[in-house]
Amino acid sequence: MIGIIDYGMGNLYSVKKALERLTIPYFVSEDTEELAEADGLILPGVGAFRDAMNLIRENGQFEFIEHWAADGKPLLGICLGMQLLFEGSEEHGDTEGFGFLPGYARRFSGKDSQGRKLKVPHMGWNSLTFHQPDHPLLKNVEEGHAYFVHSYVIETADPDVLLATSDYGEVVPAVVGRGEIMGTQFHPEKSSTVGIGMLENFGAIVRERSGAHE
Amino acid sequence: MLTKRIIPCLDVKEGRVVKGTQFVELRDAGDPVELAGFYDEQWADELVFLDISASHEGRKTIIDVVEQVAATIAIPFTVGGGISSVDDMRNMLRAGADKVSLNTAAVKNPELITQGATYFGSQCIVVAVDAKYDESIGSWRIYTHGGRTPTDWEVTDWVREVTARGAGEILLTSMDQDGAKTGFDEALTRTVSEAVDVPVIASGGAGAKEHFVDVFAKSGADAALAASIFHYKETSIEEVKAFIRERGVLVR
Repeated sequence: MIGIIDYGMGNLYSVKKALERLTIPYFVSEDTEELAEADGLILPGVGAFRDAMNLIRENGQFEFIEHWAADGKPLLGICLGMQLLFEGSEEHGDTEGFGFLPGYARRFSGKDSQGRKLKVPHMGWNSLTFHQPDHPLLKNVEEGHAYFVHSYVIETADPDVLLATSDYGEVVPAVVGRGEIMGTQFHPEKSSTVGIGMLENFGAIVRERSGAHE
Repeated sequence: MLTKRIIPCLDVKEGRVVKGTQFVELRDAGDPVELAGFYDEQWADELVFLDISASHEGRKTIIDVVEQVAATIAIPFTVGGGISSVDDMRNMLRAGADKVSLNTAAVKNPELITQGATYFGSQCIVVAVDAKYDESIGSWRIYTHGGRTPTDWEVTDWVREVTARGAGEILLTSMDQDGAKTGFDEALTRTVSEAVDVPVIASGGAGAKEHFVDVFAKSGADAALAASIFHYKETSIEEVKAFIRERGVLVR
């Protein structure tokens, strides 16, 4: 069973409907006792990094999520939810993230390597390059396109966490992961068969996990 | 790299899809939810729904349409038409729309753009701009109310104003080309693309596959929107994409 963490930010409707179409069992909750019953968690998010971290702390979910990660249970961050898994962001002044993955969110430069202007936000369908195609999240998924909408991008010195990247004048970490901590910069539920395939894979990872418990 | 987007537009009236040529003649082209699923399968990159219902009852049906569409497809979509308050925007986004498009209400009350961008983020706020060339100002003039009412805004001034207020995308319709099927308005699209840093969706005038090559290669559009040529199967999105890909335009 997947638990979707509700902390008051992000539109959950589409991800819920996508899980329903995949017949993956889920529930949405802000309550950490309820969420603790899940086999895997989704951390959604749209909006500003600082607002999200503040809400997660105010809701008393910060330590719960930290413990969850320390216990090695599956966690999938989506969009802003993925960025929160990293060390921090320079959005509206520096804000600390969870620090499960090495790297920092900073604003797109808005220029390509030749100095030509690129529009920010990075909005639309961009092609993915898989670096770890055998990763359980990418298994049997076509190396196609995903739909991105973001103005901040993760910069990491550790290529091991990059499962897939895109190119927008610089390297855009698109799918990241280390152990049971995973994330997608794009919205998988809005990224057609490529994104839906990854959601299906996360469902399988979580199901396997729940089997291991029994 | 980022690809160019092809976006079918569905004009919805009282829950049914219709398409007007030159904003006057309307024909019925079907069920919005079914069409949305069809276009998703055809590799549409995104969808736009414009609610042109005249009645209050008609307007309420669009929320049901949005919910059903969001439950059916796995690509982003925008809803516009008659959105005139923060509550309207919230209702659409909660129902599963990814973006809302403001037009007349944004001209009447530009503060609405600022509020929408603040509450929901710039990425959800599209401003739809209906522009018509006006010799007396040597540029394009902005119209509201589905192209019926001229305003005092010149297009470059207006798009700079809306992006300064936080609009995340411009849906630019050429009233001169709309329904004419002789190609997108390249001069207008180039003018707007150069004036702002946000993505620009060119709309109005698509009548053949070649027109999509032209609008991407010559005018700097990030996306192109069309309705009747797709609704009446004069061509398909897959055909357009194959055609423009062969001519060097990056598509999904």
